[in-house]
Amino acid sequence: MFDLDLWKEILSALKQNRMRSFMTAFGVFWGIFMLIIMSGAGRALENGVLEGVKSFATNSAFFWTERTSVPFEGFQRGRRWDYDNQDIEYIRQNVREVEYLSPRLFGWQQDGDNTVRGERTGAFNIYGDYPDYFKIDGWTPIKGRLMNEIDVREKRKVCVIGERVVEVMFAKDEDPIGQYLKISGVYFQVVGVIHPETKINIGGGKKEETIIIPFTTMQTAYNYGNVIHFFSVTAKKGHSVSDLQDKLKTILKERHKIAPDDLQAVGSFNIEAEFIKFNALFTGIQVLTWIVGIGTLFAGIIGVSNIMLVIIKERTQEIGIQRAIGATPGKIITHIVAESVFLTVMAGYVGLSLGVGLLELLSMALEAGGEELFFRNPQVDLKMALSALAVLVISGMFAGLIPAKRAINIKPIDALRDEG
Amino acid sequence: MIKLTDIHKSYEMGSNKLHVLKGIDLDIHQGEFVSIMGSSGSGKSTLLNILGILDNYDQGSYHLGGKLISNMTEKKAAQLRNEMVGFVFQSFNLISFKNAMENVALPLYYKGVNRKKRNMIAMEYLDRLGLKPWAEHMPNEMSGGQKQRVAIARALISKPQIILADEPTGALDTSTSYEVMEILREINDAGITVIIVTHEHDIASMTQKIVRLKDGRIDEVILNGELADFRERYSKELQPV
Repeated sequence: MFDLDLWKEILSALKQNRMRSFMTAFGVFWGIFMLIIMSGAGRALENGVLEGVKSFATNSAFFWTERTSVPFEGFQRGRRWDYDNQDIEYIRQNVREVEYLSPRLFGWQQDGDNTVRGERTGAFNIYGDYPDYFKIDGWTPIKGRLMNEIDVREKRKVCVIGERVVEVMFAKDEDPIGQYLKISGVYFQVVGVIHPETKINIGGGKKEETIIIPFTTMQTAYNYGNVIHFFSVTAKKGHSVSDLQDKLKTILKERHKIAPDDLQAVGSFNIEAEFIKFNALFTGIQVLTWIVGIGTLFAGIIGVSNIMLVIIKERTQEIGIQRAIGATPGKIITHIVAESVFLTVMAGYVGLSLGVGLLELLSMALEAGGEELFFRNPQVDLKMALSALAVLVISGMFAGLIPAKRAINIKPIDALRDEG
Repeated sequence: MIKLTDIHKSYEMGSNKLHVLKGIDLDIHQGEFVSIMGSSGSGKSTLLNILGILDNYDQGSYHLGGKLISNMTEKKAAQLRNEMVGFVFQSFNLISFKNAMENVALPLYYKGVNRKKRNMIAMEYLDRLGLKPWAEHMPNEMSGGQKQRVAIARALISKPQIILADEPTGALDTSTSYEVMEILREINDAGITVIIVTHEHDIASMTQKIVRLKDGRIDEVILNGELADFRERYSKELQPV
């Protein structure tokens, strides 16, 4: 029921004490504002990071080789070794948990300008890959196509290149598709320009400076023989990539005569574990946000309760009159609680709006700032806003209830006598 | 109408117990105009509070309109006050942020009368007390006499059977005091029981019955016929100031 008199009374009571009402409301405002801002910022960090890894296979693990650290079967420690084609063959046939397996060769950027086209030269990251690689770390072709099985099988001299490569090696209006690049002395035809979908980068350097050629072509053309530098695997659904990682390590150690207790020789990295860490981190941030936000909010609410107590104290006489002329305790409580809820909700609403507004501005600024930031799309979900509002209303009621109870406990006669 | 039997009331003042009313027996009939007198501390305000169901008593019995008033819930007491009793206070006790009309209409608000209707009734009562032009004025824009008349209108609006006035003229000058007393007398003529607490003899002498309290007991009750005697006795104090 809308009770005009109740609202008139609330408004005039608040208006009479403008400064005090404002200071009180500020506590609540600040609490909800902080909660929104912090939560939004946490969410933005999460969005930013997850955006950067979203199309990366989370069930993937990566393997490379290090020097051995334990002597074994006549070999001294410190031996250098490499994976080879037989390892891959063996794993493909014997390890059923493997979904995708993509060996890789590195042509290092540190070798200097490894790519030449006419008078243009550049130093890029050269990778020899299988098409399966694109299933693990997503790339989008923005021109032409990705590398495929046939390229690998027929050892075609084709390459797909990153955007930065296009910028360096081609004039602005030139179409790179079909053109040739001389990579470490061998000519490759450009069949695609590709854009990275993730920010996860294996092997260092900028992802836009990547040139990918068929693995088989690279092994043959540059005399790598049987050698494989690195490979990525993903686990089939229902299998843990961590278990797969351990299993593969054991197999590889056996095949290369490495001590089972050598922790260093088989270098590997499991992205699932990293994801779990990330998720824990974000959960932690959210929890912290709520703890701090609720704490601040709580302080604000206590402020409201406190002020309501003062207001009651000041209006003891008024309340006494009202009760003398027939106001029931229920009416008085309703009035005080309504006033408190009104103050809390108004302040909370302003805090909510300003917080969301600020996040929107930030979001727009970030959008304009490009996609290099690990911070994007700060947002507050509706559920959170609604629960914050519910918290406000309920806490406003509680903030009013304590002083209201006190007002009721003062006998009207004492209230009237309190004429200061 | 009002029947008090052996009323006792004491207050706890820290560890001390202050026995304020020590056995009050009093009958007030419908339509009487009574004043309660006594020096400060004699218990007159306490008695008025008990009569107005603003305070409870420790011992004895209090019947109001045939109904025993004891151990009421605050809600019930509030309703009874609203229906039966109108209050007039020394310090007027108007709500400062409401105008005269809203102040008068307030008891009806607690009764649940809708806004339009109660404001209309409030205007009627203001008109009767000659305050119609001041209906929209706030309490701080009115003189003491006007404020007290607004308070009286507020006390009357719920059509009470008793008006309780605590020092209604205490904050007013003599001529305004007499005006207010005149109004109260008119109200009494309309059949409403009026009980005032005062320490001014000239005010008390305008009522039909004076109850003098002394140390928590009724010292004497002076009835209408004996007022002449009363006037004589207090003639000195009755000299116009």
